[in-house]
Amino acid sequence: MSCTVRIASPLHSYTAGASRIDGRGATLGEVLGDLEQRFPGIRFRMIDEQDRIRPHMRLFINTEEARDLAAPVRGGDTVHVICALSGG
Amino acid sequence: MSTLWLGTRKGLFALRADARRRTWKLAGPQFLGHIIHHVVQDPRAPRTVLMAAKTGHLGPTVFRSGDRGRTWREAAQPPAFPRAADGESGRAVERVFWLTPGHASEAGVWYAGSTPAGLFRSADGGERWEPVAGFNDHPMRPKWVLNGTPDGEFAHSILVDPRDPKHLYIGISVGGVFESTDGGTNWAPLNEGVAADFLPDPNAPFGHDPHCIAQHPANPDRLYQQNHCGIYRIDRPGRRWERIGAAMPKKVGDIGFPIVLHHTDPDTAWVLPMDGQTVWPRTSIDGRPAVYRTRDAGRSWQRLDRGLPRARAWFTVLRQAMCADREARTGLYFGTTGGDVWASTNAGDSWRCLARHLPEIYSVTLAS
Repeated sequence: MSCTVRIASPLHSYTAGASRIDGRGATLGEVLGDLEQRFPGIRFRMIDEQDRIRPHMRLFINTEEARDLAAPVRGGDTVHVICALSGG
Repeated sequence: MSTLWLGTRKGLFALRADARRRTWKLAGPQFLGHIIHHVVQDPRAPRTVLMAAKTGHLGPTVFRSGDRGRTWREAAQPPAFPRAADGESGRAVERVFWLTPGHASEAGVWYAGSTPAGLFRSADGGERWEPVAGFNDHPMRPKWVLNGTPDGEFAHSILVDPRDPKHLYIGISVGGVFESTDGGTNWAPLNEGVAADFLPDPNAPFGHDPHCIAQHPANPDRLYQQNHCGIYRIDRPGRRWERIGAAMPKKVGDIGFPIVLHHTDPDTAWVLPMDGQTVWPRTSIDGRPAVYRTRDAGRSWQRLDRGLPRARAWFTVLRQAMCADREARTGLYFGTTGGDVWASTNAGDSWRCLARHLPEIYSVTLAS
C-alpha cells in the first residue's frame, strides 16, 4: 500500500528536512519499517524495543489515533507522526 | 587546550581554555533542545567522544564523534533491552544516563548505564550496544533495584579496574553498589557499612542509594562514594565502607551528589554538599555554596568557598556535573542546575565563574 507520512519537526534530522514522505506498508508497523530502511535510526526514536509507541509520540492514520503497530494502513492514507507535549 | 563538555537539559555546550586556563570561550549549542546526560572522551582514542542524549519526545540514543565533537553520528544500535516474549511486558530504555570507556587494553569497548537500571556494552566504539545479561537479567535484580527516585532508576558510576578489565563496579540509584569480577557475568552487592535511612533494616545488604562512586586511578583498591546517606571510603579487599562524612561539620552534613578525586593522591577528594535536612531541598546549604576537600582520606575536611557566592545562591550540582583535571595545580570544575559553570585552578582554594545563564547542567566532563 502506498501512503503519505507526515513527519514532525523533531525527526527532520533523519529525513533531510522533509516533512512529507511517501510510505509503503499494510500496517503501521510495516510503514515504520519501510521508513527505517530509508532513514536509519528513525524508528527507535518513535517506537521502543518492545514495539510500544513512546510516551510523547502520537501516531494517527488519517484522523484516527493508532495505539499499536498492527493498525491497518490503506492505499492513499496519511500517517501523521506527531510529537505531543513533553514538558518544559 | 582543555575542553569542558557541558551536557545540559537543552543541548550540548563547550568551554575551551587557553594553555594557562585563564581564558575560556563558550561554544555551542550543538543539539539545541536535546537532553544531554553525559559526554565522555575516549582516553584511548582522544578524537572519539560519546554523548548520551534524548529529547522530550524522542527515545534515548548515543551519538558518536570521531573529530573531537565537531561532527556527530548516531549509534546504529543504541542501548536497548531484549524484546520480551509474547504476552510479557518487557523493559524499555527511557534514558541513557551514563557512559564509561572500557579498559585501556580493550580498544572500542564502552559501557552505558540506563533508566530503568540497565548495563549495556559496546565492543565497536559505541556503534552497536548489547545488554549485559549478567546484570540486567540477574535473578536478584528485581530485589536489588528499587524504583525509589521520582525520575526512575539510574545505573551510573560504571567503573573498570585499570588492572583488570573483568573487574567492574556499578552504582544503582536506588539499589546500591555492585561488583563483578568476571566481566559482568556475575554480580554481588557491596554495601556493608553504608546507611540507608529510608529502609527499615539498618544492615540491608542492598537497596542503598549511591549518588556517585569514584575509583582512584593510582590506587584502584580505594573507592570513594557520595551516597544519599553520607560520604564513604572503602579500601579493598575490605568489604565495609567507612562513613568518612562523619568528619564533616554537623551544620553542613555529608549529603550531596558528586565526589571527585585527585588523579595521583589517593587521600585527596572533593565533595559539594547539599541540604539533606527535613524535606530534602537538595540546594546549597543556607544558600551559601561551598566545596569541601579532604587531604587525609576523609579524616578531616576543609571548606573552600572563596569566590563562590556568599549568600542567596540556591543551586544544586548533579552527580556528573563536577570534575577535576590532571594539571599540577589541580583544576576543578562544576556546573549548576541554575546554568552556571564555576572553576578553580588551585585545587579549590578559590573559584571564579566561567559561564552563566546556560540551561540546567547535567554533566561537566573534561577533554584534551
